[in-house]
Amino acid sequence: MLARLKGPRRGGLLVLALVIALLPLVLPNRFYFDVAILIGINAIAVVGLNLLIGYAGQISLGHAGFYGIGAYAVAVLPAELGIPSWLAFLIGVAFVALLAFVVGRPILRLKGHYLAVATLGMGILIFMVVTNESQWTGGPDGMPVARLTLFGFRVSGVQTWYWITGAALLLGVWFALNLIDSPSGRALRALHDSEVAAQVAGIDVASYKLFAFVVSAIYACVAGSISAFYTGFVTPDGAGFLHSIEMVSMVVLGGMASTFGGIVGAALLTALPQFLTVFQEYEHALLGLVIMLCMIFLRRGILPSLAAVLLRGAGQGGRA
Amino acid sequence: MSHLQVENLSIAFGGVHAIEDLSFDIQAATIHSIIGPNGAGKTTLFNLITGLYRPSAGRIRFEEEDVTGKPPHLLAARGMSRTFQNLQIFFRMTALENVMVGRHLQEPKNPVAHVLRLPSLRRSETACRERARELLDFVGLSAYAADSAGSMPYGALKRLEIARALAAEPKMLLLDEPAAGCNPAETREIDDLIQKIAERGVTVVLVEHDMHLVMNISNHILVLDYGRKLAEGTAAEVRANPEVIAAYLGAQGQEEFDRARG
Repeated sequence: MLARLKGPRRGGLLVLALVIALLPLVLPNRFYFDVAILIGINAIAVVGLNLLIGYAGQISLGHAGFYGIGAYAVAVLPAELGIPSWLAFLIGVAFVALLAFVVGRPILRLKGHYLAVATLGMGILIFMVVTNESQWTGGPDGMPVARLTLFGFRVSGVQTWYWITGAALLLGVWFALNLIDSPSGRALRALHDSEVAAQVAGIDVASYKLFAFVVSAIYACVAGSISAFYTGFVTPDGAGFLHSIEMVSMVVLGGMASTFGGIVGAALLTALPQFLTVFQEYEHALLGLVIMLCMIFLRRGILPSLAAVLLRGAGQGGRA
Repeated sequence: MSHLQVENLSIAFGGVHAIEDLSFDIQAATIHSIIGPNGAGKTTLFNLITGLYRPSAGRIRFEEEDVTGKPPHLLAARGMSRTFQNLQIFFRMTALENVMVGRHLQEPKNPVAHVLRLPSLRRSETACRERARELLDFVGLSAYAADSAGSMPYGALKRLEIARALAAEPKMLLLDEPAAGCNPAETREIDDLIQKIAERGVTVVLVEHDMHLVMNISNHILVLDYGRKLAEGTAAEVRANPEVIAAYLGAQGQEEFDRARG
């Protein structure tokens, strides 16, 4: 029993699949579906970002930039160049991978606060581009996104996007779990704990940091594209600094180096603002309070801290 | 055959010559100890040999090839492995995973196979886990396999570093004070372990303060003082060298030593 709780890889994936499959039965209306989809989109980005921050131990305050590129790729390319939406999506992913590769090489030499500021600068740069190139992007007002058509079918409707987002999240989580438990994932976790020990074990630390950066950027980009397709509209906010901070907060709050913890963080920070609106002007104060209390009492993040409490409880029960 | 050749090696940190004009050879499949007082430059020398530092002058040849200034991960790929004086453990991973990281160079590199967990990867992972278990067993840590390294006692972590270094299947293993902070029983275990490793044909380079351990198992000893070579030779030769005694015990100790010898 304990061993099964300690190795939640396969079990966690099954639980997530069940939650996604059964949630529509209890969601009362369109509003709740909308929140669920937003959670799923944020969760995809956060699962990727957790690989970089939680597992490899490298901070990024600029991942909203990659999210924004994913969103604008499916908006701008079909509108301006007549490229089919699905192809625009793939071009976006390829472009983000290339950009992260080129930008990541020099800035990942930096550590800690320096890396934070460098990635922050990168994010702001992308935000400035999508805001200022208004002849293509619509500027600060944003632009509409053409509906996705696949094999002649128009993909639309909140239900459809719920299942697409859910499937994408499941796939993303499966990829991430596989990666974490592979030689590459061990290399990332190793360089997080000791770069010198990783190096003398034959790990090319710079390349693996770059690998984590590129992979996490792709996750953010995919999340951005899905968001644009679903809402049918993009604004520069998705690429903005606040969105980057939100994503990092979801990782830290839910649990660093815990893939499912990140999803919990994404769910909490996406859903809470929606439901705290009943407190009207106190909404943001309450959100801040909840975040602070979580970090003070569940320091390692919500899921890892609660799991530790549960395991301890089970251990004591077993002994008694 | 000379496994490692160091020629006129020097490095300085802000005017302090940590290693100065040092030359020596290490023969293959021997236990080669480097001793010297605190601050003599032993760990600095390890960091130079394993590529963590770049020398300001001199050359290092590994298996007859110039490897001066090569980064650590490429030296690891050539068969050089090491442990650290101040533990460098992956504390958030289990003991078994720590050793599996040591096998990084033997594992398939294709990230697509990793992300999709292809059958080929599953097979290599099983083999990797199996080999890591054997190594934990070899250093006497089987009981800790599933434990988080962060929860293991100090003496066990010292041996975990050795297991991780061995996982790379090195031709040369550099051990930086493997017995530091260990009690006499643990030191004897590490003593046995080093001899077992050498018997497998691995060249062992040892930095150690425990003189009993060093004198017992070394084929060859290099004595450093202030970054320079003070003496070199077998245990008996080094023990009888008056300069070595002076460096360790000071001039007064030298007098007492002479008096004791009569």
